[in-house]
Amino acid sequence: MTNDNHAGGRLRTEIRFADPDLAYRMIVEAHRGLTEEESKALNAKLALLLANHIGDDLILAEAIAIAKR
Amino acid sequence: MSVRKTIFQYGYRRSADQDAAVAKRHPVVIVGAGPVGLTLAIDLAQRNIPVVLLDDADRIGEGSRAICFAKKTLEVFDRLGCAAPMVEKGVRWSVGRVFRHEREIYRFDLLPEGGHKMPAFVNLQQYYVEGFMVERVRELPLIDLRWRNRVAGIERQADGSIVTIETPEGPYRIEAEWLVACDGARSPTRTMLGLDFEGAVFDDQFLIADVKMTADFPVERWFWFEPHFHSGQSALLHKQPDDVWRIDLQLGRDADAEAEKRPEVVKSRVARMLGHEAFSLEWVSIYRFQCRRLERFIHDRVIFAGDSAHQVSPFGARGANSGVQDAENLGWKLAAVLEGRAGAALLASYDHERSAAADDNILNSTRATDFLAPQSAAEQILRNAVLDLARETGFAKKMVNSGRLSVPTAYRDSPLSTPDCEEWPGGVKPGAPVPDAPLQDLSGRRLFLSEALGPDFTLLHRANGEAKDLPENVRPIAIGDNHLDAEGLLVQRYALPEGGGVLIRPDGHVAARFKTLDRARLNGALRRAMGESR
Repeated sequence: MTNDNHAGGRLRTEIRFADPDLAYRMIVEAHRGLTEEESKALNAKLALLLANHIGDDLILAEAIAIAKR
Repeated sequence: MSVRKTIFQYGYRRSADQDAAVAKRHPVVIVGAGPVGLTLAIDLAQRNIPVVLLDDADRIGEGSRAICFAKKTLEVFDRLGCAAPMVEKGVRWSVGRVFRHEREIYRFDLLPEGGHKMPAFVNLQQYYVEGFMVERVRELPLIDLRWRNRVAGIERQADGSIVTIETPEGPYRIEAEWLVACDGARSPTRTMLGLDFEGAVFDDQFLIADVKMTADFPVERWFWFEPHFHSGQSALLHKQPDDVWRIDLQLGRDADAEAEKRPEVVKSRVARMLGHEAFSLEWVSIYRFQCRRLERFIHDRVIFAGDSAHQVSPFGARGANSGVQDAENLGWKLAAVLEGRAGAALLASYDHERSAAADDNILNSTRATDFLAPQSAAEQILRNAVLDLARETGFAKKMVNSGRLSVPTAYRDSPLSTPDCEEWPGGVKPGAPVPDAPLQDLSGRRLFLSEALGPDFTLLHRANGEAKDLPENVRPIAIGDNHLDAEGLLVQRYALPEGGGVLIRPDGHVAARFKTLDRARLNGALRRAMGESR
């Protein structure tokens, strides 16, 4: 089984971006030149912004579970 | 430094019980004449139950302690006949502002809607609250308030407790059919019973300073995250009557409490915050956040209420307010049990409902504590990310937590509630506290629903011509018959259709609601609300 249909959840883990390399690159570039502290702050803000955009605590819980594996 | 002038002084008086050959038996003995014990005593007396109220001191006034009294609590005090002087003396407020550094990031208004008799909050020193309540006690001969009576021993028996009481003239004993411990966070009663008080104690220390000064800050709750005047730790400023201002300053984990309590240290911290030295210190205290509770609030014939049963962190005004609501929940139930109108199941619902409330308060309090005082570097980063984002995003403003202020808990799965059996488009669910609304009676007099509620149950219904003959313990408020919905707000707040009704408990929570009233359903709901199973 892959993560694409983990435990019957609703978190979508199949690729959603038309250009996955671009999306990854955007995040990488956002961190370029930042100190470790600034990077951590950026990650925290991104997590909060995107979690709120999803707006579903069950999906958030699924994401946390996968991220902690 | 923490000794403040005494505000109210009362006297010890010898009781006839001290000369009795055999320990006198009393239906209810309450330990502790703080806001919780006084609430319960007055409520029981108003229900014709005699009460012995014991307190180990004979004065009130050392420290402001609780200062924020919430709307629901004020409604309880109003029913007990002592709210008017509190609201008059207290400072009304409903707006809070939250600052990061010195810049406002969030503003909230706790009572945006009108049509409530009581304000969202009044700030009033606890000693004034207690003083006004003691004045009310003096009008009630059923309350025997005994100062400098300290409970020194409790012997539990099948049908009550034998209580040994120390006085300036030596010890004596009484019997209590029900003993209610309202003796605070360090409850000696809890210790005497050997009960565990479980939960979390947080590392961060906070300084409370009440300062006296004339200042023209608006009457609002101001909270700072990382202010420059306090080396990046959080701070709170809140007004009380008599030109007294409550200041809370986070001191961190490693602060030396004894050194921090020294007046010159406190004064310099406060001067940095205010930018001047034109103030005097009224009271200083240092504390750590704690969130703890008893596993059960009823131990046979001994009942715990308020801080003796559960303790929460400040910054949410959940201590005194939830304690008063414990007493409010307990009073009518204990009276019904003592009069043989209800059994153990009704009393057990006190434990059920107020445990749920304590858990709700502890949950909110713990969340606020974690936000105010992050426990790790990673938590600090996340917290600061929220504060950064709050400047320009709505969702992050909502995540900023400087203490979620006390609202009464809805008893979601109470055994006393009859679940809805119809679809309701909003309104007030069974178990929820009833919102106030303006009314008008037949003589044209304006009043509030909170003033019109009966001492026992109330049936709020929209008359549709059918006469209802109701049981004796149910007061009818019939909209369109004996009352008018003065501003249309009542029908709106309760989503009440024509012919529909809401059965309200003596403590102002909804027991059941019906779109059409019939006597069998009403009786069923009443029996259930008295703890009888269906």
